[in-house]
Amino acid sequence: MSAPAAVRDHRQAEQKRELAFEFLRYMAMMREVEDRIERKLYRQGKIVGGVYVGRGQEAIPVGVGLTSDTDDVFCPSHRDLAIFLIRGIHPRQIFAQYMGRVGGLTRGKDGNMHMGDMNRRIISIISAMAASVPVAAGAALALKYKGTHNVAYCFFGDGATSRGDWHEGVNLAAVQKLPVIYVCNNNQYAYSTPLSKQMCCADVADRAPGYGIPAEIVDGNDVFAVHEAALRAVKHARAGQGPYLIECKTFRMTGHSAHDAADYVPRHLLEEWERKDPIARLEKRMIQNHWAKQDDIEQLRAEIRREVDDAVEWAEKSPFPDPSELLDNVYERS
Amino acid sequence: MLMTYLEAVRRGIWEEMERDPNVFLLGEDIGVYGGAFKVTAGMLDHFGEARVIDTPISESAIVGAAIGASLMGLRPVAEIQFADFITCAYDQIVNFAAKCRYRWGAAVPMVIRAPSGGGIHGGPFHSQNPEAWFAHTPGLKVVTPATAHDAKGLIKSAIRDNDPVLFFEHKALYRRIKEDVPEDDFTVPLGKAAVVREGRNLSIITYGAMLYVAREAAETLAREGISAEIVDLRTLVPLDDQTVLESVKKTSKVLLLHEDTLTGGMGAELAARISEKVFEYLDGPIVRVTAPDTPVPYSPPLEEAFLPNAAKVAERARWLTHY
Ligand SMILES: Cc1ncc(C[n+]2csc(CCOP(=O)(O)OP(=O)(O)O)c2C)c(N)n1
Repeated sequence: MSAPAAVRDHRQAEQKRELAFEFLRYMAMMREVEDRIERKLYRQGKIVGGVYVGRGQEAIPVGVGLTSDTDDVFCPSHRDLAIFLIRGIHPRQIFAQYMGRVGGLTRGKDGNMHMGDMNRRIISIISAMAASVPVAAGAALALKYKGTHNVAYCFFGDGATSRGDWHEGVNLAAVQKLPVIYVCNNNQYAYSTPLSKQMCCADVADRAPGYGIPAEIVDGNDVFAVHEAALRAVKHARAGQGPYLIECKTFRMTGHSAHDAADYVPRHLLEEWERKDPIARLEKRMIQNHWAKQDDIEQLRAEIRREVDDAVEWAEKSPFPDPSELLDNVYERS
Repeated sequence: MLMTYLEAVRRGIWEEMERDPNVFLLGEDIGVYGGAFKVTAGMLDHFGEARVIDTPISESAIVGAAIGASLMGLRPVAEIQFADFITCAYDQIVNFAAKCRYRWGAAVPMVIRAPSGGGIHGGPFHSQNPEAWFAHTPGLKVVTPATAHDAKGLIKSAIRDNDPVLFFEHKALYRRIKEDVPEDDFTVPLGKAAVVREGRNLSIITYGAMLYVAREAAETLAREGISAEIVDLRTLVPLDDQTVLESVKKTSKVLLLHEDTLTGGMGAELAARISEKVFEYLDGPIVRVTAPDTPVPYSPPLEEAFLPNAAKVAERARWLTHY
């Protein structure tokens, strides 16, 4: 017997409220961690090399990531830090990774977001754009081979869809009906190259029919919309119906990387998208729907700042790798 | 049991698939058709289409998917139809597979099989020897069997290995070499060269199809009173320089022989190691006999001129012996 309508509505509203808090927690954490990386530690010279962030795109990894089961597998892109948080990687490990310390996921063998952890089913980001698309097909193949209903999530930008690997990987997954969920963050730029010079079709989603797979376009700055699209995609893939593409329209709210002032991006676009900031939008919605009071949000933010302070402190205490580790792990026995 | 080099590879894969349900195959035309050279003939019927996967013409996706499956605990054996086309997957192999263990501690046990080498009039796109490209990349293992016995023993070791292995089968040997190969479950370890002929006057270090050229040359030389030792490297990475150095110490003269082109080939690396480690033992210059630095030509007289042969080896060996 189903519960009376009023009780059911109440329960659903409560679930939505809780989900909103979970979204906010991960999105705000990603923003805070990346702000600290890009605007503080990098500028202080404590992080060297390249720094790439997903500022303004947090709704995508969070909305999608929270549809996963423990045994699903992820191939995140360089703008999906929240995936690591959702899978249980501690901010301490992330800062240590960025600072080249042994406490990072790669013990200093690689830097920044170029990390992974198979224990948490995160396949390392591959620097070569779109190279993870065939890899995700293989991971999905293994999930299917073992008779599970798990899925592989594969993230990339709009620019990556120009590479051959993207097309080979999607086609293989489509032909083999593999459970892969493709998540494109269409932030309208690939480094300095605007979408119009990247491809001739209007939407990345236009590529899907060429491979016989479904696609949908969502507002990538609306975490609920992203989440719902991802739920549809996951349902499709778990049911053995093959891959599914979600194109999330968004905007890159920084330069390509920390060294890039992005002078090639018209200011009005940045201003327009600033008003669509996914975190501010979520907070506004939470207050309007009486899911939260301003105080609750302030409190959450303060908690996150404290956690991040602690994580930075921890990472700074994590030692640098000893040069004697240089030759380790080239092979199983080396 | 008497079997060809091709059959030996096939038996080796077959046995590993029987032994370990995580081993599976993917590649172009390997299922219904049984592979361009028929190495995987009969496997689809026996193991089913979940384990013998016909893919689109997508080398990068074949290798990329093999890596992904491997990270998830399977043991893929990917076939590249001709080694020449492995370039289409170069990024996946060199930038991802090779670096996973070093970068983030993730093992990538997988084998990429590819028929390589000339002598079959395949021309510039179907005859190359790409082993040195990969031997230069830390994190990859490179295997180049010359005999049917080793082809079976090495493919089995490669499949059981926990690092990515490139397995170059010399396509001119597939049906040409037929020998007695044990039917039981034996392996040949990676990283162990074999002294296949004992000698006193010089060492010929080689691998792959050139083993037979070295043997023919050694026969000729023997009739002239020159005793040549032959070392078959079998694996290029890990490189068994111990066996090479011991042989050089014994004969004091060394001729490096490969079908791959000269510049930056395995011979160059071997020459460097020999001069670094056993220079004092040498009684003559290190000699290389290799293909010249050109693409592999098609027309028979050109290809014949391109490939090292027993006469060329014998000539350089005589010169070196009398140096
Ligand atoms: C194969 C390859 N070529 C070039 C680069 C250098 N590069 C890094 S990110 C990037 C732009 C990527 O654009 P897009 O895929 O749209 O992702 P976004 O950065 O916008 O999220 C480029 C050119 C690379 N990483 N890989």
